[in-house]
Amino acid sequence: MSGHGATRHWRNQRISAIALVPLGIWFLYALFSRPDLSHASVVAWLATPWQAGLMLLFGWCALWHSAQGVQVVVDDYVPGRLHARVRLASRLLHGALALVLAAAIGVIATGGGA
Amino acid sequence: MPAVTPNARPLSPHLQVYRLAFTTVLSGLHRITGLLLTAGSLVLVAWLAAVAGGPRSYATAGGVFASWPVRILLAGALAVFWYHLFNGIRHLVWDAGFGFDRRSARRSGALVLLLAALAFGATLALTPAWRWLLGAP
Repeated sequence: MSGHGATRHWRNQRISAIALVPLGIWFLYALFSRPDLSHASVVAWLATPWQAGLMLLFGWCALWHSAQGVQVVVDDYVPGRLHARVRLASRLLHGALALVLAAAIGVIATGGGA
Repeated sequence: MPAVTPNARPLSPHLQVYRLAFTTVLSGLHRITGLLLTAGSLVLVAWLAAVAGGPRSYATAGGVFASWPVRILLAGALAVFWYHLFNGIRHLVWDAGFGFDRRSARRSGALVLLLAALAFGATLALTPAWRWLLGAP
């Protein structure tokens, strides 16, 4: 089952990993540059298109990489009938999180969260 | 033990079959820290959703984010962020075809631990992370 598309999975996991090196460092730097974590402070951060775009890119890459990593763990350790179900559940959860993330950033960036 | 199933996918050998070596522990840590960061990304999405909901929803959700289970999770995610990042680079170097012999793998593993500890220490020393994790949200 997991033999199909394995090369693509391997390559995509490396792409998301490489992207996450600068994006992850940017995220920690930007987060800890805030004077505090009040609502106004977070909105002010993500209200600029650049910062909102980077946050979306970071969040999506992190969720993509997470989905790829969880899939490998599931492939390795979840047996039999359960395997396909757990794998699908992980995909759906990660997809839903990616949608919620995009919607949330969209709302904040357009001033809806203020 | 599960019986052989119709589709008969091979599973990875269970961990007890391996003799525990330094590099084995680092390899296992890479997976465990990855799963911890997955949990961290879940908190990130929830946090941004709370921000998008406005100041009142953010204040309400603040109680959950400031709860000790979430604080401990985030402290853990921060602690392992640098390990997963540096060890991930080590994996990418291997993928490019370098340093896969036993001696190099041990040395690069030790280097990853050193760099991760330094970066984590610097993060705590130079940012408000420590204050935010312990103090008011």
